[in-house]
Amino acid sequence: MAFIDVCNIQHHFFNDHSYTTALKDISFSINEGEFISFIGPSGCGKSTLLSIIAGLIEPTSGVITHEAPSIDIGYMLQQDFLFPWKTIEENISLGLTILNKDEGQIVEDLLKQFRLSHTAKLYPQQLSGGMRQRIALARTLAVNPTLLLLDEPFSALDFHSKLDLENFVSETLKQFSKTAILVTHDIGEAIAMSDKVYLFSNRPGTILKSFTIPDEIRNLVPFDARNAPEYQPIFQTIWKELEANGYGNVT
Amino acid sequence: MDTETLHEQFKRKRRLESRKILLFQLLLLVLIFLFWQITTHYRILDPLIFSSPLAVAKLLVTKVMDATLFPHVWFTLMETVIGFLLGTLLGTLIAISLWSSITVAKVMDPYLVVLNAMPKVALGPMILVIFGPNVLSVIVMAISISVIVSTIVIFSAFQQVNENYLKVMQLFNASKAQTFKHVVLPASIPTIISTLKVNVGLSWVGVIVGEFLVSSKGLGYLIISGFQIFNFNLVFLSLIMIVILATIMYKCVEMIERFLLKKFNF
Ligand SMILES: Nc1ncnc2c1ncn2[C@@H]1O[C@H](COP(=O)(O)OP(=O)(O)OP(=O)(O)O)[C@@H](O)[C@H]1O
Ligand SMILES: [Mg+2]
Repeated sequence: MAFIDVCNIQHHFFNDHSYTTALKDISFSINEGEFISFIGPSGCGKSTLLSIIAGLIEPTSGVITHEAPSIDIGYMLQQDFLFPWKTIEENISLGLTILNKDEGQIVEDLLKQFRLSHTAKLYPQQLSGGMRQRIALARTLAVNPTLLLLDEPFSALDFHSKLDLENFVSETLKQFSKTAILVTHDIGEAIAMSDKVYLFSNRPGTILKSFTIPDEIRNLVPFDARNAPEYQPIFQTIWKELEANGYGNVT
Repeated sequence: MDTETLHEQFKRKRRLESRKILLFQLLLLVLIFLFWQITTHYRILDPLIFSSPLAVAKLLVTKVMDATLFPHVWFTLMETVIGFLLGTLLGTLIAISLWSSITVAKVMDPYLVVLNAMPKVALGPMILVIFGPNVLSVIVMAISISVIVSTIVIFSAFQQVNENYLKVMQLFNASKAQTFKHVVLPASIPTIISTLKVNVGLSWVGVIVGEFLVSSKGLGYLIISGFQIFNFNLVFLSLIMIVILATIMYKCVEMIERFLLKKFNF
């Protein structure tokens, strides 16, 4: 049995006048330590799927089974949503405070590792977008989740900070050997960061295809992966697949 | 010219500007009193009704001398501050209980609308009968005016908290109380403060109306009794005291506002 099994998920959003089918026939599984990516057009239900996996919404039908009796899920939302009335330090320790866990060294260590120790007493507004994303990641990692869900964490960043942060996240996750799911619009990012890429259709979102990333790319940090000789062919394959399914708006 | 001196010049200009404004404001105040004094002195306005600054000042001196003003001032101020604090506190507590149960909030909604629309002053006689002709009635009057509107405004602030903040809390499995403490309350601080400011004014209305009705003590009572014995010097003196006290109270709330906003980094 895999770490997580997603089986026949289907989800409708209802309101008084109508309903929207956001997802249908979603089935896949993730092994422990695996990093997978979802690519798909805007509005196809990727965020919805993450919310379902995180347990924030109950799917209309279908089941998700976990190998472990209980898993701690860390979910980094599409925007950072740091609390403006809390300092960076307080933001990161929030999860620990709520779980009544001893903060001890955790926050300090995370900040040091994220090279942001000097920001501990500052407020989120005083940080740049990239720094805030890193803090949001630190907040998610502080409670030591076994599964990490990342919803377009780099989409609001300039190209340079994005590459920088991709490397950083990839190394951090490897080091903590986390299982992770990344949602992105960037084919390059998906290839550079993950072990497997799932391609979604237009709404109602369903998995059209999956691509396994070759080991040569996987073993490199994202920045180098983008320059590896194996990168272009797989990029082309996914790109062609995207075009064949009628959406060219994906970068 | 270097930037240092330019900056100095800029600052000096700003200082001059604000000093000029202050000067005009004081001038206007003096003019108003002068106008009041002259028009009543030459009987363009009837001094029996409009009193005059000098008459009010004289009355102030005698009343300070024989210590018949201060107890009333103190009494009214105390009622207002208590009414203000309780009204806001009660409003916040009711808002919290509405927030903690969506069903209760939905059920209560039309009642809140009705209560809010009703002129609370109309309840005066009822309050007087229920609580007796004493301080209690006056304070209840002040509370009744501010509590409903505080509840409605603060509750809607609670509801408007960005749902993604709530999602973050839900992901940490936070309890309702924890969510309230870490997210909902701090996010609503600006709204709560703005209701504080509104409630300063409302509490004064409640207390003065209450004192009109109870008629035993306080500045509201002085106004009513001055009116009854046709002593308008007393009416104006009380009015001026009220204006001064209300302003001081408002300024205090502004100080609290600055402190809280800074504390919560708004
Ligand atoms: N709470 C909701 N109520 C009703 N419809 C919703 C709700 N949340 C999402 N939807 C709809 O479901 C569909 C999928 O939304 P979702 O946010 O999952 O898309 P997405 O793939 O994450 O898009 P993007 O790439 O732009 O973030 C959209 O059509 C959206 O309008
Ligand atoms: Mg999304």
